[in-house]
Amino acid sequence: MKLIINGKEEDIQPDNVSVTELLKIKSVEQPDMVSVELNGEFLKRPDFGTTQLKSGDRIEFLYFMGGGSR
Amino acid sequence: MELTQEQIVRYSRHIMLKEVGGEGQKKILQSKVLIIGAGGLGAPVALYLAAAGVGTLGIVDADVVDLTNLQRQVIHATPDVGKPKVQSAQETINQINPDVKVITYQTLFKAENALAILGDYDFVVDGTDNFPAKFLINDACVMANKPFSHGGILRFDGQTMTVLPGKSACYRCVFNEMPPAGVVPTCSQAGVLGAVAGILGTIQAAETLKYILGYDDAGNRHACSLLTDRLLIMNAKSMQFREVRFKKNPDCPVCGAHPSINRLADYEQKACELKREA
Ligand SMILES: [Zn+2]
Repeated sequence: MKLIINGKEEDIQPDNVSVTELLKIKSVEQPDMVSVELNGEFLKRPDFGTTQLKSGDRIEFLYFMGGGSR
Repeated sequence: MELTQEQIVRYSRHIMLKEVGGEGQKKILQSKVLIIGAGGLGAPVALYLAAAGVGTLGIVDADVVDLTNLQRQVIHATPDVGKPKVQSAQETINQINPDVKVITYQTLFKAENALAILGDYDFVVDGTDNFPAKFLINDACVMANKPFSHGGILRFDGQTMTVLPGKSACYRCVFNEMPPAGVVPTCSQAGVLGAVAGILGTIQAAETLKYILGYDDAGNRHACSLLTDRLLIMNAKSMQFREVRFKKNPDCPVCGAHPSINRLADYEQKACELKREA
């Protein structure tokens, strides 16, 4: 299925993966590392496993970035 | 206030911008900005805001200048090693622009002093290097209704957003709660290209000046839009910028409809305790 991941269209196999499965496919080692926006709405972390993606979905992985000072 | 002859000359390149003009420059001279962290991000922010003539610059940092800082913290120089960062920053700012009054806070920004330090500043810049501070700054600014700029950098990456509490999405709307300790590295563990701090910091400085110059409820004025309700993400390896748009999150624990965070707390997480990244 075609997903728009971080602004780029990608073909993801198999179809109908969950957000958790997509994170694995995209080698995001830990779901705690990202905040996920699906079609403009933020997903709650406990819902990653139960949220099924469908073709055309627009998904953004937002990474924590803590640096700045020291 | 009236601009002196010297100020008219010093700020002439601002004044000739129709979006700034003499009136805008006066606003800048009368503004008060708090910079939390005088490091990689805080350094360029402080340098540009000092040069721009921000009337009062508050700087919060508990650390002293270390040799490893000089690769990116451009407000400090080699003879400053060992000096408190706030003092080193103050000395540099005084040399750049005598119009700027510097107030130093050589302390950590903590739950107990956060609201007192925020005081009557017009705008706050988050230049800190750890998540407990970033979440505390967000919560304190939301509670005190202080607009602020969030910034974060790591390796070749950076991200920034501007928050107008009550009007636009806050940091927690996007990043609900702190990542567990050790999951996300910080610069001191993972490194950062010094110039990335400069890119992000100067964006934060520009947002600060745009805010001071004024905005309407839609975030627009003089054709300037603040970086609200969107996170600007940059990667210096590919030198690409992208932005992710969003709205205020109704489930946000601090600015949502039913906030679960009603008081400030110091979050426990040692930013520097990550095992070495592969
Ligand atoms: Zn929020």
